[in-house]
Amino acid sequence: MTAITAHKPKKATSPILSVRDLKVHFSVPGKGLFAPDRKLRAVDGVNFDLYPGETLGVVGESGCGKSTLGRAILQLIPPSSGQVAWLGKDIVGAPHREMQPLRRDLQIIFQDPLASLNPRMTIGEIIAEPLVTHKPELGKDEIKVRVKRMMARVGLLPQMINRYPHEFSGGQCQRIGIARAMILEPKLIVCDEPVSALDVSIQAQIVNLLQELQREFDLSLIFISHDLSIVRHICHRIMVLYLGNVMELADRDSIYAAPRHPYTKALISAVPIPDPEIERNKERIVLTGDLPSPLSPPSGCVFRTRCPFAQDKCATASPTLDRVSETQEVACHFHDSIS
Amino acid sequence: MTTNHILTVENLTARFQTPDGEVAAVNNVNFHLDPGETLGVVGESGSGKTQIFMSIMGLLAKNGTSSGSVRYKDSEILNLPARELNKIRGVSMSMIFQDPMTSLNPYLKISKQMTEVLVEHRGMSEAEALKRAIAMLDRVGIPGAAQRVHMYPHEFSGGMRQRVMIAMALLCDPEVLIADEPTTALDVTVQAQILDLLRDLQKDFNTATVMITHDLGVVAGLCDRVMVMYGGRVVETGSVRDIYYDSHHPYTEGLLKSMPRIDHANEESLFAIPGQPPNLQNLPTGCAYQERCGYVMDRCCAERPVLTVFDQGRASACFREDGQ
Ligand SMILES: Nc1ncnc2c1ncn2[C@@H]1O[C@H](COP(=O)(O)OP(=O)(O)OP(=O)(O)O)[C@@H](O)[C@H]1O
Ligand SMILES: Nc1ncnc2c1ncn2[C@@H]1O[C@H](COP(=O)(O)OP(=O)(O)OP(=O)(O)O)[C@@H](O)[C@H]1O
Ligand code: SF4
Ligand code: SF4
Ligand SMILES: [Mg+2]
Ligand SMILES: [Mg+2]
Repeated sequence: MTAITAHKPKKATSPILSVRDLKVHFSVPGKGLFAPDRKLRAVDGVNFDLYPGETLGVVGESGCGKSTLGRAILQLIPPSSGQVAWLGKDIVGAPHREMQPLRRDLQIIFQDPLASLNPRMTIGEIIAEPLVTHKPELGKDEIKVRVKRMMARVGLLPQMINRYPHEFSGGQCQRIGIARAMILEPKLIVCDEPVSALDVSIQAQIVNLLQELQREFDLSLIFISHDLSIVRHICHRIMVLYLGNVMELADRDSIYAAPRHPYTKALISAVPIPDPEIERNKERIVLTGDLPSPLSPPSGCVFRTRCPFAQDKCATASPTLDRVSETQEVACHFHDSIS
Repeated sequence: MTTNHILTVENLTARFQTPDGEVAAVNNVNFHLDPGETLGVVGESGSGKTQIFMSIMGLLAKNGTSSGSVRYKDSEILNLPARELNKIRGVSMSMIFQDPMTSLNPYLKISKQMTEVLVEHRGMSEAEALKRAIAMLDRVGIPGAAQRVHMYPHEFSGGMRQRVMIAMALLCDPEVLIADEPTTALDVTVQAQILDLLRDLQKDFNTATVMITHDLGVVAGLCDRVMVMYGGRVVETGSVRDIYYDSHHPYTEGLLKSMPRIDHANEESLFAIPGQPPNLQNLPTGCAYQERCGYVMDRCCAERPVLTVFDQGRASACFREDGQ
């Protein structure tokens, strides 16, 4: 077997994507009939760069803002503020006319493979659709050739081109979603929980496929997941989100070998390991309590209500994301004393 | 013959009639459960895990029928009328369902849902029952249980709702607790809390537990014995150590190998079992795993391997070892 997992991408000199202080705030109705709307800070100031051929993992508990971040980067949700620079050019608020050609390079695949495919279209039509939209100059025959080639590439039998989505299993539907996302040979794919709905044996097939495609096409991936074991396998760098804020952003090896943020430590230690001896004897940090409501996040450090190390300062000042080594950034006032 | 098994299942079979034909969801399943023991049931989606226990609890959908034998202690309970089953269901034997809304009524306060069973089966007064309900919610780590007991299900977060379900399942001190994917929908941090809770409860009450899950990590941490399902049949059983360190069935082996590990830096591509899980409506002749198995032989496509005991407490359904 070839060593292809999370191969170090060659660091290009400039990132293809630069996200600066990105915020997405939703307005949600207040509790009473006449109560004013309230602000929900789904993504609250995210910064990162992404390089060609790189996979950035985005992890964190349900509701921490992973999907919102992914969609805001692709301008599928309008950001409230901040910048998203694609190949050096800010695309926040760009008019449709300017976004349209960029859509070719920016694709997304979703968690629920069947629900994200139009049930009335054949899978051939589904996979061809982006080509028809973006490359209308291609003839019918050429489109069919490309669709069949892509189907074969993602492990679907090309003779199934005229079948409908409901005739396929979850894993096959995810292959259809990937074929559709790949057909324009994009530069970036946001993968929003692409394997979470799949069985373990099928997850491995899809993860391997994504890695092969990445290597073949020098793809960049933003891999959203709550499964930290898969993230360790597929990602080069990992961003840990909590209530819309970045807690830690680090290179894969650093974060798994030596997580620095108390939340990252708790998350990693909570993942069950499929080995009875190791699982029963490992050290665990069990967090108490539930995630606070994103409508009234804690003051200061948003993690403080569940942090075993919280001190007075944590309630008054919010920590900034500080670089603690060449490969690791952490947002905690006390990262020096607690690691 | 008397044993100290609390639950003995023999030749359990469940079938569903559908317009497209019969679904053989559960086929000739045998196992037993002892007090204080935790049995893990693992396997792919659709392999029959849930329907085994739906049959046992008398909760199969209308188009389903089950046959075989299920003994609770010494009495046969399979296909008993609901009136008889209700003396056991939710009392001596409780189930936490995969879908929380199967067991929680969205229109009733938690207090009402919890006290009913106590009043009916334990002859408690309303006040006594409420006290017990609050104590149970407290025991599963619901803060402010005395107030929250009066809330509706939707007012709880996912993790808390799951804890409410566990509290409800434990109200009558059941001897058997069946937990169907109780943490699958939860975040890992909350999952860790719930698993700790289950472990504690087991220590305190010696409850026999069945843990249905597709997460081999959860099983590794919690279970004593494991039953691996494939295509509606048990394909391997053994102690948790046997299964993880010395698996015999090729499917078990493949499942364990295809799990990415958080404690390993793996530089190779993942091992992936090829192909798709089988369709229970249309199983091949012979071994259900034949199309995906790396060891397949002619015999596997002609004859179905039966689950065969090969060592103390160990069994596997595969021809591979016979041939060697
Ligand atoms: N359109 C919307 N209007 C109001 N609030 C929203 C909207 N979309 C998302 N939210 C809220 O924003 C927060 C972040 O949601 P998001 O879906 O990004 O979380 P997530 O990390 O992807 O969670 P999950 O793991 O459950 O998919 C949540 O509190 C969610 O309820
Ligand atoms: N009412 C029904 N009618 C027809 N088939 C059914 C019915 N209920 C379940 N089945 C089928 O029985 C088989 C076993 O289902 P079961 O619910 O036991 O799977 P499972 O192993 O629990 O899967 P999961 O991990 O997805 O919960 C499946 O193929 C399912 O489609
Ligand atoms: S800043 Fe304080 S509350 Fe936040 S993670 Fe660090 S120690 Fe915990
Ligand atoms: S019986 Fe044959 S096909 Fe089935 S698991 Fe064993 S070797 Fe593989
Ligand atoms: Mg999401
Ligand atoms: Mg099930």
